[in-house]
Amino acid sequence: MWTLFHKFGSPKWFFGIAGRLMPWLLALGLGLLVAGLVWGLAFAPKDYLQGNSYRIIFIHVPSAFLAQSVYLMMAVAAVVTLVWRMKLADLFVQAVAPVGAVLTFLALFTGAVWGKPTWGTWWIWDARLTSMLILLFLYFGAIVLGSAISDEKASARAVAVLILVGVVNIPIIKYSVEWWNTLHQPATFKLTEKPSMPPEMWVPLLLSVLGLYLWFGWLACYRMQTEILRRERRTRWVRELVRAEGH
Amino acid sequence: MHPLRKKRLTIILFLLAGVGVAVGLTTYALRQNINLFYDPSQIAAGEAPANVRIRAGGMVEQGSVVRAQQDLTVHFRVTDFASSVPVQYTGILPDLFAEGQGVVAVGRLNTEGTFVAEQVLAKHDENYMPPEVSDALKKAGVDNPYTESTVTQ
Repeated sequence: MWTLFHKFGSPKWFFGIAGRLMPWLLALGLGLLVAGLVWGLAFAPKDYLQGNSYRIIFIHVPSAFLAQSVYLMMAVAAVVTLVWRMKLADLFVQAVAPVGAVLTFLALFTGAVWGKPTWGTWWIWDARLTSMLILLFLYFGAIVLGSAISDEKASARAVAVLILVGVVNIPIIKYSVEWWNTLHQPATFKLTEKPSMPPEMWVPLLLSVLGLYLWFGWLACYRMQTEILRRERRTRWVRELVRAEGH
Repeated sequence: MHPLRKKRLTIILFLLAGVGVAVGLTTYALRQNINLFYDPSQIAAGEAPANVRIRAGGMVEQGSVVRAQQDLTVHFRVTDFASSVPVQYTGILPDLFAEGQGVVAVGRLNTEGTFVAEQVLAKHDENYMPPEVSDALKKAGVDNPYTESTVTQ
């Protein structure tokens, strides 16, 4: 088991696997995402109270889900960086941190646009909104710290510690709506109960969530491949690869 | 597993547990500050200070909304089904404001125990349904299809 784990840590091996996975991830991800969004934005029934403005959920919920998942994945990668000193784990963190930041911003922005007509305010300092803003700052912190330290190994460790300290924010985001009084409503999707939504609304939502996750998988592979080529540009296998591409 | 790696993993687990406990205790101590609003039971129990800007939240009581003839003043009661607080507000209410809907009001509690609001925000719940379904449910006399216990009126 450990040999497979260490094999997985080899950038060259990952480069090949990622290249084979990427077309599938991109095709499936984009397909599901477009299907979910078109269905949700154009064909799903409107809500009895909010009318059409609720449709922002088809962008807001997938990006908020993924923003938190990306952080959790980065936290797992941070543990691998600190314990096993695996280069690939740090590569992953560097590659996806900006993606996570964009997703968090998208969740906050779409939430504000929806909040104005629904709640009557763009922003309120309730526990859910504030903890999500902290997540955005954690992403910014990871990006800035990663690029501020020029030594690759030192920078990887510093970023990993920052991410691990910040991971405590994730359960706070998730349970903020249950632990405290907030303006943000509790979750519509629960793992244990059926969703508080009819199927003609939650099926397109589920499609866009799945699509966004798969598309993220493609983007992560793509960004990691680029970073691998940059960092390993002096190794023999990258030189041979470039030569084989016909230069 | 290599002993050095085991040691590093233990350090990380201690770090996570330590940060978790610290944040847990802090948020527990600050829970009243983190709560966005006081609910009507807390106000009835005298936990909310008078003449200080606070937020009060709950459901708009059925049949309690009274609009003034001359201006935009609205009187209504906010309830958590245990106690309720009278609220007075002058201004434009959000679209979602209705009897039986959740609201959060920003304002001051005056000495007579009326909450004078400067701003009223609508609180949306987690339930979504198409208008036709909602109409059909209203005809059948069901308030909320997602919680089986609330078959009322």
